[in-house]
Amino acid sequence: MLAELFPNIKYEDLVEATYETFYMTIIAIIGTCIFGLLLGLLLYLTKKDGIWKNKYIYFVVAALVNIFRAIPFIILILLLFPFTDFLIGTIRGPNAALPALIIGSAPFYGRLVEIALNEVEKGVIEAAKAMGAKTRTIIFRVLLPESMPALVSGLTVTSIALIGYTAMAGAIGAGGLGNYAYYFGFQRRDFDVVFLCTVIIVIIVFIFQFIGDFITNKLDKR
Amino acid sequence: MISIEGLRKVFRLNNDDIAAVDDLTLTIPDGEIFGVIGYSGAGKSTFVRLLNRLEEPSSGRIVIDDEEITTLNSKQLRLARQGIGMIFQHFNLLWSRTVEANIAFPLEIAGVPKQERQKRVQELIDLVGLGGREKAYPSQLSGGQKQRVGIARALANNPKVLLCDEATSALDPETTNAILNLLVDINKKLGLTIILITHEMHVIRKICNQVAVMEQGRIVEQGNVLDVFTHPVQDVTKKFVQQIMGPSDEEDDITNIIENNADGIILKLQFLGEATNQTLISQLAKRFDIDLNILQGKITQTQAGGYGTLFVQVIGEQEEFDRALSFIQEQTSVEVEVIRDVS
Repeated sequence: MLAELFPNIKYEDLVEATYETFYMTIIAIIGTCIFGLLLGLLLYLTKKDGIWKNKYIYFVVAALVNIFRAIPFIILILLLFPFTDFLIGTIRGPNAALPALIIGSAPFYGRLVEIALNEVEKGVIEAAKAMGAKTRTIIFRVLLPESMPALVSGLTVTSIALIGYTAMAGAIGAGGLGNYAYYFGFQRRDFDVVFLCTVIIVIIVFIFQFIGDFITNKLDKR
Repeated sequence: MISIEGLRKVFRLNNDDIAAVDDLTLTIPDGEIFGVIGYSGAGKSTFVRLLNRLEEPSSGRIVIDDEEITTLNSKQLRLARQGIGMIFQHFNLLWSRTVEANIAFPLEIAGVPKQERQKRVQELIDLVGLGGREKAYPSQLSGGQKQRVGIARALANNPKVLLCDEATSALDPETTNAILNLLVDINKKLGLTIILITHEMHVIRKICNQVAVMEQGRIVEQGNVLDVFTHPVQDVTKKFVQQIMGPSDEEDDITNIIENNADGIILKLQFLGEATNQTLISQLAKRFDIDLNILQGKITQTQAGGYGTLFVQVIGEQEEFDRALSFIQEQTSVEVEVIRDVS
């Protein structure tokens, strides 16, 4: 039945491509989460009225974030080829896609983190200061827990953008469903492949959205 | 003891220096409930935040229990803050933590080991009357309960001083009273010094011993709550006193009373502090052959006793009345004034 509907699909290849997409997405989410949190915290803490108020650091970080968000992802991959080659030793395959994926989405998530942190009530931070809390305590026991639902929903949005990015990276040789759809589907005019890859990507997006919403709701005690 | 000398805080706004707190000097003895009242913008909120340096003073000195707060470095300041509790108008609880975890937070900051922490949290929950709500999240609590958590949290590290920044302004009158009673209770039980700022005279009346009235960054009037209530000097103070006693259009009222009650003598009795506890009216009625009719009056309670004014009509023989009058003047501390003699 399936073989009739999708005559040109090789199932081992499809499973392999799906696995690669998952692999790229999940590793990139972890990287994005770490670097995005760092960038977001840095932006939040060094901004005007921030705890580590510092015009220069804020300016530099904000400029970097804006520049990397402005570069279209497909061009960013090309620009990062030498860097990727140096870091990973190749410019092909799922691992080679990771630097571009993380550098492309961490600044985006960084901004979302900054917005989430800005939503934390000033009064709560003030209360922590009045109790004699260190900045570290304020970050880890107040800022991050209090903004957790927004941080998670921001990460969900970023993950879904990342799934799109993996497909784009696939088109220039990173592997995954994008790669499979482009080379084995589009270029051979086997549109059943393109269609099935699309369906799988949509399902993956739904799964991520569902998990993200579920965690956000669980965390939100407001 | 808290002593404040020449405290000043200047904000720069559009190239204009605005003194939110201006050359404030004040001494607050231990165990006092000290009220600061003022309209919004009077600088009272800035004042209370200067005390634990949430706001950095522009100049001046703050000494709390021989520790000069104003010269501490940031590490010393953090430690000093652990000994100064603070509660807020909007409670400022962490919504992501349960009641008990919120109360445990200052203990975590102070590095109290887990087991002791749990014990202390339970004590505090009992102290503020939140038994059974330990696992609730702030969003599941009423305003009054939230403020109880705030108070428990502020008391966690056994502070010597409790700062209350408009702590009851977001609560309804009934809850306000419950929270104020809790504060008085804590003050008595723990001997804690409480500094409370508010714009409601009712709050001052109910729990404070001393009051300072602030206007434009300065303390314009200060003293015993009873004295300030009975003899307000500044216009602001008079307005605040009116919040409690109603407008002082007594002049009209008296003419009305005099017109409507043609018979007898009319007396104005002023009760102050202890005097309100005396059974004056019934004693007069028992001891002298006179009839008494209360025409108008209001008596209100403060921490230092009640005070108020009563207008009474006295019907009886002149002789009997004279004896009664001298009894009031000589044997009681009630101030008496004859508004209208027998016509």
